[in-house]
Amino acid sequence: MCTTCGCESAEMAGGGVAAAAGNHHPVHPHEHASRTLAVEQDLLARNDAYAAQNRRSFAERGIFALNLVSSPGSGKTTLLVKTAAVLKQRFPVWVVEGDQQTSHDVDRIRAVGVPGVQINTGKGCHLDAHMVGHALESLRPTGEGVLFVENVGNLVCPAAFDLGEAHKVVIVSTTEGEDKPLKYPDMFAASDLMLVNKVDLLPYLDFNVERCIEYSRRVNPAIGVMLVSATTGEGIAPWLDWVAAGIERASNAKRGAA
Amino acid sequence: MHEMSLSSGMLDIIEQQAREQCFARVRVVRLELGVLSCVEPEALAFCFDSVTRGSVAEGATLDIVSVPGSAWCWDCEAVVSLLRRGEACARCGGYGLQVRGGEQIRIKELEVD
Repeated sequence: MCTTCGCESAEMAGGGVAAAAGNHHPVHPHEHASRTLAVEQDLLARNDAYAAQNRRSFAERGIFALNLVSSPGSGKTTLLVKTAAVLKQRFPVWVVEGDQQTSHDVDRIRAVGVPGVQINTGKGCHLDAHMVGHALESLRPTGEGVLFVENVGNLVCPAAFDLGEAHKVVIVSTTEGEDKPLKYPDMFAASDLMLVNKVDLLPYLDFNVERCIEYSRRVNPAIGVMLVSATTGEGIAPWLDWVAAGIERASNAKRGAA
Repeated sequence: MHEMSLSSGMLDIIEQQAREQCFARVRVVRLELGVLSCVEPEALAFCFDSVTRGSVAEGATLDIVSVPGSAWCWDCEAVVSLLRRGEACARCGGYGLQVRGGEQIRIKELEVD
């Protein structure tokens, strides 16, 4: 038997172990027959393990974590700035911002007195759980509050990556097509709540709210829907109540576990 | 282009297997890909070729086994097939569907030397 790898080969031409240049695994100078290895591993398993770690850390601290996703220009940051500015009067609020470049978004968050960390993904098109874990190390959220992760503006890629959040919240604005849920179904399937933003502009647009909701429920019959305007504040109260209820649940779960 | 991240994830798994199972070269990577997963097979194959350069999996064939989508229809009270998200139940035309299968992105097996 080959003592290097335990295979049943009888021939050992050189008898030694040679390190293959550029590879981390050992090779040895005899031919192995091809073999088939059962692997059964999910490609997202590594991300999901980091996400589980983040989720545990949120649970231990009683943090309600939300992953905000949308296409670029939906008004996600404006909505978040308004939300954070009001909620911080009642709860601790933390923000992780994701963009390919610049710290513009986190600057807007800090300007209202809310601690934030910016992740620049460079060429990357989404945040993953590992990046968020590192952001938490510098943000150091203490507990019993809300952590918003504003994902990269992209309705495709972030759908696949669990960050450890309690919910994905998808934001679609009335200046986009009402068929976004059908065009980008993965994101609407992965989200638990859809915020339809910029409803103050409805009188000037052809956007059909009912149809947008119908399309979103074709993809995800269980999705919640709220109509909001970050600019005028219309519809913001139910959204704030929804977040506050989540924070209370997270706090109670932490105290129950303690 | 999340297919790039997924390909890197694929290479991580392969390299870990290479260390544990002691092989020097991968001939075939057999991947189960659900039609309801958010992955474009052609983009994944392209990225796979790029990220595996200079690794044990350089030049390996990526054999993508497509897995059909299925959903539970609350109206029919049955599992029905689903080609795409957002489509109606092929039996009753309703949208009360909960996806049950066809979301996986999973390395099934490796053919190695």
